[in-house]
Amino acid sequence: MSVQQISVFLENKPGTLKKMTGVLAEHKIDMRATSLAETKDFGIARLIVDDAISAVNTLKEHDFVASLTPVLAIEIPDEAGGLDKLLEIFAAAEVNIEYMYAFPGGKDTDKAVMIFRVADTKAAEARLLGKGAKILTQEEISNI
Amino acid sequence: MEQYFQPEIECAPVEKIKQIQSEKLVKQVKHVWDNVPHYRKKMEEKGVTPDDIKSVDDLHKLPFLSKADLRETYPKGLLAVPQDQVVRIHSTSGTTGKRVIAYYTQHDIDLWEDCCARAIMAAGGTKEDVCQISYGFGLFTGGAGLNGGSHKVGCMTVPISSGNTDRQIMFINDLQATILCCTPSYAAYLGERMQEMGYGPDDIPLKAGIFGAEAWSEEMRHSIEKTMGIKAFDIYGLTELSGPGVAFECCEQKGMHVNEDHFIVEIIDPETEEVLPEGSQGELVFTAVDKEAFPMIRYRTRDICKVTREKCSCGRTLIRMAKPMGRSDDMLIIRGVNVFPSEIETVLLNNGYAANYQIVVDRVNNTDTLDVQVEMTPEMFNDNLGEVEERQNKLSADLKSMLGIKAKVSLLAPKSITRSEGKAVRVIDKRKI
Repeated sequence: MSVQQISVFLENKPGTLKKMTGVLAEHKIDMRATSLAETKDFGIARLIVDDAISAVNTLKEHDFVASLTPVLAIEIPDEAGGLDKLLEIFAAAEVNIEYMYAFPGGKDTDKAVMIFRVADTKAAEARLLGKGAKILTQEEISNI
Repeated sequence: MEQYFQPEIECAPVEKIKQIQSEKLVKQVKHVWDNVPHYRKKMEEKGVTPDDIKSVDDLHKLPFLSKADLRETYPKGLLAVPQDQVVRIHSTSGTTGKRVIAYYTQHDIDLWEDCCARAIMAAGGTKEDVCQISYGFGLFTGGAGLNGGSHKVGCMTVPISSGNTDRQIMFINDLQATILCCTPSYAAYLGERMQEMGYGPDDIPLKAGIFGAEAWSEEMRHSIEKTMGIKAFDIYGLTELSGPGVAFECCEQKGMHVNEDHFIVEIIDPETEEVLPEGSQGELVFTAVDKEAFPMIRYRTRDICKVTREKCSCGRTLIRMAKPMGRSDDMLIIRGVNVFPSEIETVLLNNGYAANYQIVVDRVNNTDTLDVQVEMTPEMFNDNLGEVEERQNKLSADLKSMLGIKAKVSLLAPKSITRSEGKAVRVIDKRKI
């Protein structure tokens, strides 16, 4: 039930990110969420899009190094304490988070979606589901 | 079954080769004394006359020629025959200083093409083969030399020259080319392109490649061999001495056999100019004993290398030279340390990166900086920042232990380094000294 995230290598120089968004725009790829991780020498852009497979192929055709990474997309109420409640479930299930980022839940304005990268996606999923987390499917993400 | 173009020379007893060299050297020294005032003057300054040269054992008495002599006598000062006997010229790219113009009589062209034919047959070439010459044609010696050699072997020769990569691949497929001749960096690029187009090593009809005209590492050889499913052979030469074919590799791939009936090789200490014993590392010096128009005597190549007479199982008795570490012209002196680009290439390939790299040297606050820029590849990429950084750090550490100085590693976007169709531009030295 995990969602495919695209990870793109970005050289550390002005204009690289723009080059990537240009390719995405040209091919009408709709982004749901983005996050940027960087070291002092290079960066990795992480994207959640409507169609991950075709987006990753398009980026490769345009000479980007890009790969797919499974992540968990979990819906939470967009209110004070929303994330805190979810992380309580993570803590209780003993799931370690490598990184996370968020985006608003589309038309449903009182919801937000959190993206989590964990070491073992399948195991984490099984443990979290039992504890009441609302994990979204690829299809649900595409429809947002 | 090993095959030779001229077995009577390639497999001759060493004594016979020495005898041929001695006879030719005596004649050559006389020819140069009579026809090249610049060299005669150098001999006179050293107190040597042609009468002092009776055999190859007297070679060490003769003065050296170097790039400086070529510069000083540009364009025609070393031409040793009347111009009406010259049938062709070739010229260097002039990247390391002033352009060199080399002259050839028909005899000179013939012996050069023989040398290239030996190289093609040593790589397994016969008249059944289709030999694609993807070296540049024109003033550059690469295209013309291998083209002539391929004719002599009787291969169906494809004189496609360099460039237009998709057309190169089309000819390789449509004509089922079996031998490819080009620079190693261009071979690597052709291989990369074919891989992208979905060709595996078994789909590529090529069986051998003859790659030269720039320094390349053993690791680069393995990578090209793997991508294209071929055996890659090294070839050595300089425009000053003819072009490619001064020395060539056999199926053993353990050094290049020097065409000793045309070129006498010596290894000298570049500082003291003493001749060093066999097996020592030093500067390569060549004497062209039967070239008529442009007869180099004791020409200092500035290539650092060693030679061996150990028996080679291919059956050739010709002396073998190791792959040069690089031209001393290519050698960088960074923070007082000698650095050869080929050493950096070795480390990159050993760490799993591709041979697409650039070395940028600069001087910041009076300190030299070394920046090794290499392209990111899908194999080396990972969503985990820490892992990518760790690999980058390991590369830095390996470079430091190979070179003895610290190098910065920059990871670049794929295809951001321009692919070369001839000699690759590996080094950008921004220092103003």
